[in-house]
Amino acid sequence: MTALLEVRGLTVGYGGAPVLRDVDLDVPAGSIVALVGANGAGKTTLLRTLSALVPATHGTVRLAGRDLAAVSVEDRVRSGLAHVPEGRGVVAELTVDENLRLGGLWRGADRREAIAEVYALFEPLARRRNHAGHQLSGGERQMLALGRALVARPTVLLLDEPSLGLAPRVVAQIMGVLRGLADRTGLTVLLAEQNVVGALSVADHGVVLGLGEVVASRPAHELAADERLRHAYLGF
Amino acid sequence: MDRLVFLLGTGLARGAVLALFALALVLIWRGARVINFAQGAMAVVSTYVAFEVTALTGSYWLGLLAALVSGGVLGFAVERGVMRFASPRSPLSGVILAIGLVMVLQSALGIAFGPDYRPMRVPFDDSAVLVGGVPLLSPYDLFVLVTAVVVMVVLAVLFRWTSLGLQMRAAAFAPEVSRLLGVRVSRTVTLGWVLSSVVGSLAALLLVPTSLGLNPHATDSLFVLGFTVAVVGGLDSPVGALVGGVVVGVAMSLVTGYLGAGLVPIAVLGLLVLVLLLRPAGLFAAAAARHA
Ligand SMILES: Nc1ncnc2c1ncn2[C@@H]1O[C@H](COP(=O)(O)OP(=O)(O)OP(=O)(O)O)[C@@H](O)[C@H]1O
Ligand SMILES: [Mg+2]
Repeated sequence: MTALLEVRGLTVGYGGAPVLRDVDLDVPAGSIVALVGANGAGKTTLLRTLSALVPATHGTVRLAGRDLAAVSVEDRVRSGLAHVPEGRGVVAELTVDENLRLGGLWRGADRREAIAEVYALFEPLARRRNHAGHQLSGGERQMLALGRALVARPTVLLLDEPSLGLAPRVVAQIMGVLRGLADRTGLTVLLAEQNVVGALSVADHGVVLGLGEVVASRPAHELAADERLRHAYLGF
Repeated sequence: MDRLVFLLGTGLARGAVLALFALALVLIWRGARVINFAQGAMAVVSTYVAFEVTALTGSYWLGLLAALVSGGVLGFAVERGVMRFASPRSPLSGVILAIGLVMVLQSALGIAFGPDYRPMRVPFDDSAVLVGGVPLLSPYDLFVLVTAVVVMVVLAVLFRWTSLGLQMRAAAFAPEVSRLLGVRVSRTVTLGWVLSSVVGSLAALLLVPTSLGLNPHATDSLFVLGFTVAVVGGLDSPVGALVGGVVVGVAMSLVTGYLGAGLVPIAVLGLLVLVLLLRPAGLFAAAAARHA
């Protein structure tokens, strides 16, 4: 069976030496794949390439079998790929409600319903509908960023370091929500994280990036148990 | 007392025009982070279009429509044809392109129409209406005020309550995130230029009949004053443009009425300096937003 999101031979550079080299990656439908690796390993670059924010030098990206090469940034979300960027990307000047509406811009009648679901999922947001983004705490911002992506009802969700700067309890809550969504709704997630323990604890599968190359790709619990790999690439 | 009321009334109408023009500058600033130094020159082009259409058809209203349409077309052409090529890395490149555009447009107008001032007529009486024996506004002032208010309300509704307005705001604040959410940012930027150019054209069209007349430089002072208003109000703030416009318009009217027209530029400059000293980001600048 082919994966929902399928990356083959992806090579990316910013003009100089390639930052990603010949990356293969499979994200099967309904699963959570953790993408881990040290600072500068290329996690963000990989996610940005999947969203077409950064052009690939070589390689293909397929979503449900469809080659995305000709699909623009703006159209990728319409074809089912949602991306919560590093730093969350909450629009600070807009309210919580406006941020969520933005998530479902191009959706039809089911937008209201999708927004209501997000409020049900993240209680604190429901109480702050009319607060501006810059008035939210870090955890609330992450909930908003995640919720906004969910309003688009994506088939694949790309998350870049959702746990950055958050208290362990909030991280656990967010990871729990992701696992729940994957199990209940079949949401598919590619989760880039430095928080290796947290990410591998909810993920089905783990991929380790080291200096732009895939150095390991295995079931999450195996990776978590592999001491040699942990020392070499993950630093703990 | 009567005189004060009259000066306030005229000041209000004048201020409404300044507010419109400043609003046009704010629209571009918010949408593209460019101060459109060419806005005055663009608006004078569309005012010439209005002048010619009115001369041909005899209808002020067709002229007004032509000004709005040509303003929109010009905004589109300037964004797609010129400003798009400004380097996003250098804020100066947009300014330099705009100043170049001013020279091109004003020279072209000079070649086509010469430097003469052409009086523009409007289908309104411009003598003040007496209310209870007190001279208040002229019918034309009233028309200007009502038009300005209608435009402002329409813009407020567009930005506050429509999906398009939401997209334009989001794209202005966070272009990359907006693209990830499916907003076609390149289109919203163009639309911002079109809207701004239409509003700027309207301001010029409303102002020129109350001035010496139409000439390639007819909007030079409008630009300076509108720019002052935008800075005083806060370049990011539409509300600031409105309040700033009214404040500057009324102040100009009072200074003209009581102290003489010669002092107006000094008074406006004084106001600008005062605001920049006390609140450099403008009276209505939002509290600095935390970004994360
Ligand atoms: N815009 C850019 N221009 C040039 N080089 C870049 C750019 N963005 C990232 N890089 C380089 O690409 C490499 C990978 O960076 P990337 O941000 O993808 O890493 P990361 O795995 O997300 O790191 P972190 O965990 O710190 O977020 C780094 O060496 C970085 O210096
Ligand atoms: Mg990163």
